[in-house]
Amino acid sequence: MAHVSFTRHLVQFFPKLAAGEVPGATVRELVSELNRRHPGLGGYITDETGRLRRHVNIFVGDEPIGDRIALSDKLAPDAKVFILQALSGG
Amino acid sequence: MSDQLILGTRKGTLILDRTAEGWKPRPIAHAGMSVSYAARDPRDGTLWAAMDHAHWGPKLSRSKDGGATWEHLSQLAYPAGARFIEQHMPMPDDDPSVETPNTYKDATLLKVWMLTFAGPPGTIYAGTLPGGLFVSHDGGDSWELNRPLWNHPSRGGDLFAGNATSRNEWGGTPAAVAYGEFVPGIHSIVVDPRDAKHMYIAVSCAGVAETHDGGQTWSPCNRGMTNDYLPDPNVEWGHDPHFVTLCAGAPDHLWQQNHSGVFYSDDGAKSWRKVSNKDVAVDFGFPIAAHDTDGKTAWVVPAGGDSSRMSVEGGIFVARTTDGGESWQTFRKGLPQEHAYDIVYRHALDQRAGRVCLGTTTGNVYISEDAGESWTCVGNNFPPVHSVRFA
Repeated sequence: MAHVSFTRHLVQFFPKLAAGEVPGATVRELVSELNRRHPGLGGYITDETGRLRRHVNIFVGDEPIGDRIALSDKLAPDAKVFILQALSGG
Repeated sequence: MSDQLILGTRKGTLILDRTAEGWKPRPIAHAGMSVSYAARDPRDGTLWAAMDHAHWGPKLSRSKDGGATWEHLSQLAYPAGARFIEQHMPMPDDDPSVETPNTYKDATLLKVWMLTFAGPPGTIYAGTLPGGLFVSHDGGDSWELNRPLWNHPSRGGDLFAGNATSRNEWGGTPAAVAYGEFVPGIHSIVVDPRDAKHMYIAVSCAGVAETHDGGQTWSPCNRGMTNDYLPDPNVEWGHDPHFVTLCAGAPDHLWQQNHSGVFYSDDGAKSWRKVSNKDVAVDFGFPIAAHDTDGKTAWVVPAGGDSSRMSVEGGIFVARTTDGGESWQTFRKGLPQEHAYDIVYRHALDQRAGRVCLGTTTGNVYISEDAGESWTCVGNNFPPVHSVRFA
């Protein structure tokens, strides 16, 4: 299972959000599982079409994901995933 | 009379209470977060804030305990298959003789611009960028897109079903550009107090539309509207209302602050007439407020023309008509008359039983207790004010 960390900014909307292990073979599956655990969280990370929001970044290890449209990037069992607000935001 | 104000600001939601010592702001709610619109549902007292998160997408927030705690809601979203015809900001090197084929884009919520609480308890309307009207019938727990308006022939027809069957006549609003798109926006939603199935919406940049059947069918109602930026000033669509409201006690009286002046209708928007008066600098601006009961009375906060979009000659003033726009009185007492470069956004002026409040993008808030004739400053260091509404 991937280990997921979050920007603290998301905690103000989801107070129970904490870093931890989340299953998912792809980033999309992982976001879907996060949304199941924290209803509504998915809408902070992606828009209605499932695209990563313009000013949100997901890193796997040190690299930003390559597919911001379908979040198809595969996750290794020991992947470290970081969900962050991009520096491009307002 | 209302003793409470709710302000949506660039850095949170501000509630101000009228006390024996004057209007006092509470500590800001949603601190640090941009709020595009905030208001109170008078039917059940719920407070609402339209969150304009830069990172996380637009969301709604509501408080059922008078602002002590807020609940974050994510349900307002465009349904799968909602598409629009892409538009592009006109560029200097555009060749108007070249017809470009339609391209389509999936709609995503860019901004909740306005909320209206009207009709049966629990019914709430939301106007959005990119030009969708949403309705909730359960107090905001769930929302649905009004498809007849989204699929209107003036927007290319039913794009859920396929490609355009008619020409899109709704223009983009520059107010959308900050969100990375050039799309229309619904900023005014007015429900007839006599008949909740009769509603008006106003769109930048398209005009005013009306339904008599609760949103099943929509028609433009822009007769008499003129503009000063198209070769044909009398087009059916293509107008740029900045804000539209009506007199609750005389609902056939509607007021419109438009890009091209102030317009008034006394026949339920069957026709409009321009009631600007450039001699007293009443022409361009964003907000307009209607009197509660007198259909001929309204207030505006004029601004320099569209090339400046700030106070006229460095002084803020409010103009009021009491004769349906035949004449305007201007009021400056208590408002800064030197070095003021403020602009008042379209939702940042409100009136209730002779109390009038305005907030500016420079963070200045003023209140009048005498129908706009004299003003008291409530504060000068608020964040940029997006909306002002009496509770």
